Amino acid sequence: MPTTLTIPIPESDIRRLNVGDTVLVSGTMITGRDAVHKWMADTFINQTRTPSGDDLEVYAAIKPILDGGVIYHCGPVVGGLDTRQYRFVAAGPTTSIREEPYQGAVMHHFNLRGVIGKGGMAAKTLQACQEVPAVYLHAIGGAAPLIAGSVQKVLGVYKLEFGVPEAIWVIEVKDFPAVVTMDAHGNSLHDGVRQQSRAVLDRLLA
Amino acid sequence: MRDLTKELLELVRLASTDLPPDVEKRLREAAASEEPGSAARGAMDTILANVALARGNSTPICQDTGTPLFFVRFPEGWSPRSLREQIKAAVAEATKKTYLRPNAVDSLSGKNTGNNLGDEHFPTIHFEEADGDTLTVELILKGGGCENVGAQYSLPNDALKAGRDLEGVRRAALDAVYRAQGEGCAPGFLGIAIGGDRGSSYIASKEALRHKVGDVNSNPDLAALEARITQEGNQLGIGPMGFGGKSTVLGAKIAPTYRLPASFFVTISYMCWAYRRRMMTVSGEQVSYE
Ligand code: SF4
Repeated sequence: MPTTLTIPIPESDIRRLNVGDTVLVSGTMITGRDAVHKWMADTFINQTRTPSGDDLEVYAAIKPILDGGVIYHCGPVVGGLDTRQYRFVAAGPTTSIREEPYQGAVMHHFNLRGVIGKGGMAAKTLQACQEVPAVYLHAIGGAAPLIAGSVQKVLGVYKLEFGVPEAIWVIEVKDFPAVVTMDAHGNSLHDGVRQQSRAVLDRLLA
Repeated sequence: MRDLTKELLELVRLASTDLPPDVEKRLREAAASEEPGSAARGAMDTILANVALARGNSTPICQDTGTPLFFVRFPEGWSPRSLREQIKAAVAEATKKTYLRPNAVDSLSGKNTGNNLGDEHFPTIHFEEADGDTLTVELILKGGGCENVGAQYSLPNDALKAGRDLEGVRRAALDAVYRAQGEGCAPGFLGIAIGGDRGSSYIASKEALRHKVGDVNSNPDLAALEARITQEGNQLGIGPMGFGGKSTVLGAKIAPTYRLPASFFVTISYMCWAYRRRMMTVSGEQVSYE
């Protein structure tokens, strides 16, 4: 049976999860991929650029959503752009590993409980999962209409100047399906599967 | 010559939104083979629910609607040039109707044409004149994630101990499956070409994917090798999405082709679970789809 997670997610719920567990996530989360992670790191974490435009307002708006919350690596197809009656048409996960340089620091800074994406992430993120604590949740690649269906409402959008796929979309989801592939105990399903399949391959090619 | 743009549009819609029965059947078997409650089973159940939802709503099964690969067999007297124009019109219309995502990107400027029409390779259209008076148009939508994990091996390959024989083909194919892990949206289907030059070998590996999942190779040695690669690929335990599990490879099709004495290529095209493949047959006034 899948575990239900409701945002904000209590620490104790996170510590109970292990790699391989299936979960259904509900609550308010944001999307963020390459441009957003770089913007967060440069402007607020490393502070190598000074905030400009609406940076501080956006920061103030997303900070409470991310506290105990979740960021989703997703470049959605969004309908209703002309009328601003936004709706997610397709919302599958994008490959997460591109955010590896930023993810750990972003998780610490905002006190994230979860990162959703696909393909898994590496050592720095796995370490942050233990420290914060948080989990990496793998969504099902290709299941775009189904995931879009779990998005109940688009509550708003920030940084639309990054482009539709790269903007910060604030969404309310219900029973978003995913699998824990990196847990708060230092385990990564991706590392495990790679090692095991390597051992089998060596035997098959012996 | 009659105009088939509307019928071709329906072919694209079917391919993008309605997974063929042989593929879905195989996905169902794969789901049933996974442990109830496991991550692998959860992934397969989600995939199947997604397939049903896409069919019901007539929306794309996956947001990446891939490269459209058309294979046209036309009777004498039909004009491939005007068929090409009709296919292009159908593809542009299908994009407007959101059966296809705009996917044609200029490699130099990075600009997306917005209508899936690029150059003579996008969409990809293969023409072949055939006997009889039936026109068939097959369409495969080949996703990008799984295309990226495709691989070509030049045998002999010392590291894999792969020589120029069927045992070498087995070794190359299993290595490709291992390297792909879950990244091509496993579980997947393999189109494998033996021989050719680098280019024709990749084309032949895609053509191998035109077969239905249950088709048995007419060459018994190749049929046995297809079964073995499927079975051993599953032993790797990579599983759906790379979560670990029993279903990694759902089928393999091998196509041998002629080669130079100097070359021996083994080329693997990986097709994700969203194996979107449909065919349209035009016979007189009758148009049918499968
Ligand atoms: S590999 Fe296939 S299922 Fe996965 S995102 Fe690409 S087209 Fe979709």
